[in-house]
Amino acid sequence: MSAIKVDHVAIGYSNTLIIDNLSVSIPEKKITTIIGPNGCGKSTLLKAISRVLKTKSGAVYLDGRAIHQLETKEVAKKMAILPQSANAPGGLTVFELVSYGRFPHQSGFGSLKKEDYEYIYWAIDVTGLNEFKDRPVEALSGGQRQRVWIAMALAQDTEILILDEPTTYLDLAHQLDILLLLQRLNEEEGRTIVMVLHDLNHASRFSDYMIAMKNGELVKVGTPEEVMTCPNLQLVFNIDARIATCPFSDNPICLSYQLCQKDR
Amino acid sequence: MSASTEVSAEIEKLTEIKKHSHPIVAVVVLFGGMFALLVAIGLSISFGAADIKLATVWTAVFQFDPDLTQHQIIREIRMPRVLGAAIVGSCFAVAGALMQGMTRNPLADSGLLGLNAGAAFMLALCFALLPGLPYMYLIMFSFLGAGLGVGIVYGVGSMSRGGLTPMRLVLAGAAVSALLGALSEGVALYFRIGQDLAFWYAGGVSGTKWVHLQIMSPWILVAMIGALILSRSITLLSLGEEVAIGLGQRTKTIKLVGMIIVLILAGAAVSVVGAVGFVGLIVPHLTRFLVGHDYRWIIPCSIVLGGLLVVLADLGARMINPPYETPIGALIALIGVPFFLYLARKGGKEL
Repeated sequence: MSAIKVDHVAIGYSNTLIIDNLSVSIPEKKITTIIGPNGCGKSTLLKAISRVLKTKSGAVYLDGRAIHQLETKEVAKKMAILPQSANAPGGLTVFELVSYGRFPHQSGFGSLKKEDYEYIYWAIDVTGLNEFKDRPVEALSGGQRQRVWIAMALAQDTEILILDEPTTYLDLAHQLDILLLLQRLNEEEGRTIVMVLHDLNHASRFSDYMIAMKNGELVKVGTPEEVMTCPNLQLVFNIDARIATCPFSDNPICLSYQLCQKDR
Repeated sequence: MSASTEVSAEIEKLTEIKKHSHPIVAVVVLFGGMFALLVAIGLSISFGAADIKLATVWTAVFQFDPDLTQHQIIREIRMPRVLGAAIVGSCFAVAGALMQGMTRNPLADSGLLGLNAGAAFMLALCFALLPGLPYMYLIMFSFLGAGLGVGIVYGVGSMSRGGLTPMRLVLAGAAVSALLGALSEGVALYFRIGQDLAFWYAGGVSGTKWVHLQIMSPWILVAMIGALILSRSITLLSLGEEVAIGLGQRTKTIKLVGMIIVLILAGAAVSVVGAVGFVGLIVPHLTRFLVGHDYRWIIPCSIVLGGLLVVLADLGARMINPPYETPIGALIALIGVPFFLYLARKGGKEL
């Protein structure tokens, strides 16, 4: 079953098309990661999937229905997004920020109900933020802050989580920390996770499916074993990569690489 | 055993919930502010060229006697002026709060982004070309002018490469305001209406009449109710547009409605008091500092504190050098400019 179907979409800003006629489906209850060089349209695709950007033609289907025809609040009950470089306004506490994740489930003037509190506390707990919950978000470290935004997305209680570079600017341990959390959410609760990652080895280790893009087009879609091959990486990143096996997850990893000779 | 731990956990949770759902500070600020506003209004009414006691203010309001000169003065001259000051302050403050929340621009203020200058320019044109136009229509031109001003500022600002940063917008706002101000003065000179415009231009509430309040009140009432209804959506928008979309908010609709409310509030305020700046900058920042980031509290508290600031400024304007009146625009700028510089020094970072 596919959770999201992208059907012949064209996406762009004002006059320039970034993606033209792209189709791909994203499987339910799996972790799917989009990889590709800077400017290849990864984030653009993610924004179209999450309805932040309107498609110029074609459509994105969520559970078989075109996403731009659905009530945006209904979509928000199924899909939570964590944008790249989300930035909290000064003074907001962790609890307050996470509580906004309940917005799609509230009506009227929006006072929190018992159920809302349960989700908020659960989200704060599962992201390991208990001791920080009354601190202002701006006083936290980068890794903690990222976890707050993830907690907000979790409080939204959606089947699908969409994350644009959730590990950027984090150190090695914190990157893994975030990815393990996402893995746990996927395995224990069957949440569908779609994300953009720059680190190929993380992508390979934590994904069920990978989507490799270049110049707004799909190069290869498949399991990490199918995507993380020397020819594919050469095609996508123009690198000559040495592929090995990850000792932790048995997935292919890129041991090291150098730039391909420019033979033109 | 297990039941008792469950109960204690439950109790802990309840106290937790209470702690989060009763923003005591916000309630204190709101009601304390209201009380201070009432006192300030009373004081302001009693103070003036003719010495009037506070008790007389009370009787003039609640047991009006048309034969008493003092009651006449209070009713006909001082009350509309002071109430006008309060309303105008609330308008500027809420307009500023909405703009800051919607655009995440800490320097957003109807004065700094050209709305006030636009409205004032339009009013100058009205005085020149349509003399004697009733206030009922004048106020609508003022809304239009506010829209014109902010439209030009955004137009100029977005022409620059690299998009609209808070700083660029403020620079564009300053340039456009200067241009519109100069044009207004040109209009005033050419049509010889400088006298009509001069004091009003510097910002003063002394000319406020009941009829002004009557005509502007319905507009402002509707706009304020709209702002309160919108307040929660504004908080979401202040988290960033993408986050707000992700949470299921119709951001385009909210921004459009919000902008219309801002134009009404700023336009109405300028049509009474002239292009007074900085109220919309100072008050929302102060309020945010006091009550936190939730616009459900920021907006009502801005209504109260904005009113308070301008009533006090008007009182101060009359006390500094009696019997002459200092323009309140200048008085507020006295606090506003250092405050602006402080915010700008922080780099005008996104809210």
